[in-house]
Amino acid sequence: MVNWIWVGMTVVGLIFAAVNGKMEEVNKAIFQSSAEAVTICIGLISVLVFWLGLMRIAEEAGLLQKLSRLFKPIVAKLFPEVPADHPAMGYIISNMTANLFGLGNAATPLGIKAMEELKRLNGGKTEASRSMITFLAINTSSITLIPTTVLAIRFSYDSAAPAEIVAPAIIATACSTVAAVLIDRFFYLRRKRKGGN
Amino acid sequence: MEWISLISMWLIPIFIAFILLYGTLKKVPAYEKFVEGGKEGIHIAVSIIPYLIGMMVAIGIFRASGALDSLVGMLKPLLVWIGLPPEVFPLAIIRPISGNAALGMVSDLLAVHGPDSYIGRLASVIQGSTDTTFYVLTVYFGAVGIKKMGDALKVGLLADIAGFIAAVLIVTWMFGQG
Repeated sequence: MVNWIWVGMTVVGLIFAAVNGKMEEVNKAIFQSSAEAVTICIGLISVLVFWLGLMRIAEEAGLLQKLSRLFKPIVAKLFPEVPADHPAMGYIISNMTANLFGLGNAATPLGIKAMEELKRLNGGKTEASRSMITFLAINTSSITLIPTTVLAIRFSYDSAAPAEIVAPAIIATACSTVAAVLIDRFFYLRRKRKGGN
Repeated sequence: MEWISLISMWLIPIFIAFILLYGTLKKVPAYEKFVEGGKEGIHIAVSIIPYLIGMMVAIGIFRASGALDSLVGMLKPLLVWIGLPPEVFPLAIIRPISGNAALGMVSDLLAVHGPDSYIGRLASVIQGSTDTTFYVLTVYFGAVGIKKMGDALKVGLLADIAGFIAAVLIVTWMFGQG
């Protein structure tokens, strides 16, 4: 799937460039995009190191387990394959909490840790497990209470009421999260009918 | 606005203080554990570089060649039929692919149409209520070495579409199309 999309986007792009005479722009884009990707990763180092360091303390102190016990009833329904007291549950919940408060930078390292634990649960296979797909679905529909970046942009364009989009954004994000969970369940049941995992 | 930025400002510091105090109370050697956990961060950040370069270059080519614009043009009649203003459509396409590009488009839309217009509000809600599906997928799966994504991409993109539709309906319902 990824292979197809990746090759497809690149080849279609290159053919378009040849037809439209946009080779110069494409050449520029190749080097700019790769440089940008490295910049993003380097930028991630600071955030990852800080939050993973902090999270290690929280983990050792037993905070993750406490948090997961608190939210267990709801989240356990979403992840029936994850044992309730498994560290994966703690990371999943802290990732959701961080997303909820718009702390995207804090959410990423936690999400990666959750993935790591889910992979361990899945016997270290390189194939995405059911729980991983559910986790990603919930993550990409991003439950946010305060979309800080958008507020900042609206503010800078002299909006009369920059915060008026907060409520609709919460409703929209709730809709998309519910949809994500339902769509995920649908695909899971379809896989199961076909005899997969 | 005031109280929101106030909450945002206090949230992280309080969170940090809480973890450090709680850890110390539980007799965790905080600094040593911090360093230990932090080392993992360097490894993760470096290991996602190839994933991100691969994806971002492909997207960059797709955009710079004009292929994206053509795709948008092709789908335009369908969108007008659904009720999504064509101006917002490139944002809906870009949003799952590139967070930075989407942010650029939002500020462009706000600059042209004004933040308090229908399009301005819709763009704000879309940006605020969805995430960069491709980026999340690339980073999360890349970091732990998942090669077969299964249905993850399909589920993510369909959920994005549901989010866009919800955004259009809610913004129209709350503010009208004016």
